[in-house]
Amino acid sequence: MAIASENNVQPDVMAKAIKEAVFAGVVAFCMFLLFVGIETYQDINNQLVWRTRWGLLAVFVAVAVVGRFVTVAFIKPHLDKRKLAKAKTGVLDISEEKSFFHKHFLKIALVFLLCYPFLAMMIFGRQGSLKYVDNFGIQILIYVMLAWGLNIVVGLAGLLDLGYVAFYAVGAYSYALLSSYFGFSFWLLLPMAGILAALWGVILGFPVLRLRGDYLAIVTLAFGEIIRLVLINWTDVTRGTFGISGIAKASFFGIWSFDVGAANNFNKAWGLPSSSVYYKMFLFYIILALCMLTAYVTIRLRRMPIGRAWEALREDEIACRSLGINTVATKLTAFATGAMFGGFAGSFFAARQGFVSPESFVFLESAVILAIVVLGGMGSLTGIAIAAVVMVGGTELLREMEFLKHVFGPDFTPELYRMLLFGLAMIIVMLFKPRGFVGTREPTAFLKERKAVSGSFTKEGHG
Amino acid sequence: MEYFIQQLANGLTLGSIYGLVAIGYTMVYGIIGMINFAHGDIFMLGGFAALIVFLILTTFFAGIPVALALLVMLIVAMLMTGLWNWTIERIAYRPLRGSFRLAPLITAIGMSIVLSNFIQVTQGPRNKPIPPLVTEVYHIGNITISLKQILIVVITSILLFAFWYIVNKTPLGRAQRATEQDRKMAALLGVDVDKTISITFIMGAALAAVAGSMYLMYYGVASFNDGFIPGVKAFTAAVLGGIGSLPGAVLGGLLIGLIESLWSAYFSIAYKDVATFAILAIVLIFKPTGILGRPEVEKV
Repeated sequence: MAIASENNVQPDVMAKAIKEAVFAGVVAFCMFLLFVGIETYQDINNQLVWRTRWGLLAVFVAVAVVGRFVTVAFIKPHLDKRKLAKAKTGVLDISEEKSFFHKHFLKIALVFLLCYPFLAMMIFGRQGSLKYVDNFGIQILIYVMLAWGLNIVVGLAGLLDLGYVAFYAVGAYSYALLSSYFGFSFWLLLPMAGILAALWGVILGFPVLRLRGDYLAIVTLAFGEIIRLVLINWTDVTRGTFGISGIAKASFFGIWSFDVGAANNFNKAWGLPSSSVYYKMFLFYIILALCMLTAYVTIRLRRMPIGRAWEALREDEIACRSLGINTVATKLTAFATGAMFGGFAGSFFAARQGFVSPESFVFLESAVILAIVVLGGMGSLTGIAIAAVVMVGGTELLREMEFLKHVFGPDFTPELYRMLLFGLAMIIVMLFKPRGFVGTREPTAFLKERKAVSGSFTKEGHG
Repeated sequence: MEYFIQQLANGLTLGSIYGLVAIGYTMVYGIIGMINFAHGDIFMLGGFAALIVFLILTTFFAGIPVALALLVMLIVAMLMTGLWNWTIERIAYRPLRGSFRLAPLITAIGMSIVLSNFIQVTQGPRNKPIPPLVTEVYHIGNITISLKQILIVVITSILLFAFWYIVNKTPLGRAQRATEQDRKMAALLGVDVDKTISITFIMGAALAAVAGSMYLMYYGVASFNDGFIPGVKAFTAAVLGGIGSLPGAVLGGLLIGLIESLWSAYFSIAYKDVATFAILAIVLIFKPTGILGRPEVEKV
């Protein structure tokens, strides 16, 4: 019986797939007709003219047709069958037996990170490793730190913040301005930048205390834009869009300097050849330490009354208030703590770049950080770190894809497609894993034993 | 006084454009409770569609009357963006309906990044200027009002009326309002919820396309990142008016347009966006659900 019905279904599926594929083709043709089929460009007289690109249009339509056909004819039946089989056997996804790698993932990751700059130097040589330590290592860790900081606001307290980059900007500009006007050192300004950012978190947090959900989201977005616009327009202090350059480097706790001409130059003192890679390695360990600090504070705070209050606020604000939790203080501390880590990351960013400009603090950055938090699985530190590695590392990797030039011709610039692919990856990950990479959460409060629960049991908050 | 009236006219024009985009935000928010971040880029797509249609028209029909050309541009742009928004809803939002709240927000942000980069890749990163379409200018005393400003306000008013009629007087509008109030109940009573939501997206996109075309006509230039700033302002307008409320969106749009033009006229042009966002924050402190928004009552 079952076999017969399966045989009957097959031609139906094929017919349906062909129908859907043709439909997808027609839709794709209409959608891309103007934007892909026609190219607009300026000619020598600077006049806007156009030409057709039927070949490219045909490729787009063909991809849509084939993609839809394969999805309907093969992928979907396959997924349905797997789901059915799973439901029949009654075995849940979460298997008790974990592999060695899975069990010791955190320790392995930490050891790997500690060795990473030396490994890179061993494999790629002194100058070759620069790219891997700086573009991949430091870049990814900055995003990990930012995402962990935002996680306190969004993942723990459930307050949707679309302007997190504002605190990053406050941190970066605090360091840039105070070091170039007053000559303070990095180690003095790092905590100060954090404190200033936290202060701004409280200042911006106050007016939005009554707001909920999407009203909160738009106001935080507005604050982010206000700070960026002020940075652009207050040219006397911030030098506007030109930005501030020549920001002092971080020193080795004041003992050795990384400036090339300095008497106590680190490389000279240790008899190392002069290369910027040692400074980058030093920075790598600073940001790694800052990340660890963020993670440690987050984990410890979750055990404390304030962390539990944040999570209670996320789960149910009314219940929270009925139990006597001061929601004003809870929200403000969440904003301030999240902002503080943003400020740390910002001042580190300024020291690493040696240059800050409002360009680095656009809304897109906030969106990317929020995307990392959600894609990783809100509230899960490991998931967020994985998401940062995949999303930031993946797009950085695209810069390195020189071999694609051989495939698509010498005009092909992979950088152009970086953000396009980033956006597509955001959509695809969300569609397949709406709860993020890590679907389980560690509960804060538990009975008898600590068990990971599915992410679907935690709420995302309305505040 | 004349200066003031002049700025009022400018603000009204800008406000009409924001209002049209804001309706798209507010409708989608009302019906499925999500911020459609890609809406600003739909507005940009509409502008680009109009630009390309304009180029084709001027090549093949050199002496075409301006009114006809505008009409063709508007209609093609509306159809085009309607189709795009339908597809986007189908691919990126519908599978996540009923999932948790932030998932469609993230896909919408992703979609916004994809759309603007798609246009950057396919049409190039440079600004695209077009020759002025409508050049007539009228003088009343010392006040100068251009025909394109009048056109924008008139077209907006006609569309708003048509839109109000659809939402309030037709079976489709009834289905939309029912879906907005209670999706499950509407489905039980025979409303095709999926279709209604799709149509809402198409309607929102069509209005955004008109706004995009008029933005192109007003400024004479289109660019791939045109979607963000007007998009955020329109969203601000929707929230200021009270998100979910249609008259609120129009009111918010007009207010934002007026604030922007009056602030740049009397204070400083550099800080006009700061003023807009600051006023949003101040209004929301006193009315947390916007000017015309219904207060949120949470039942326990």
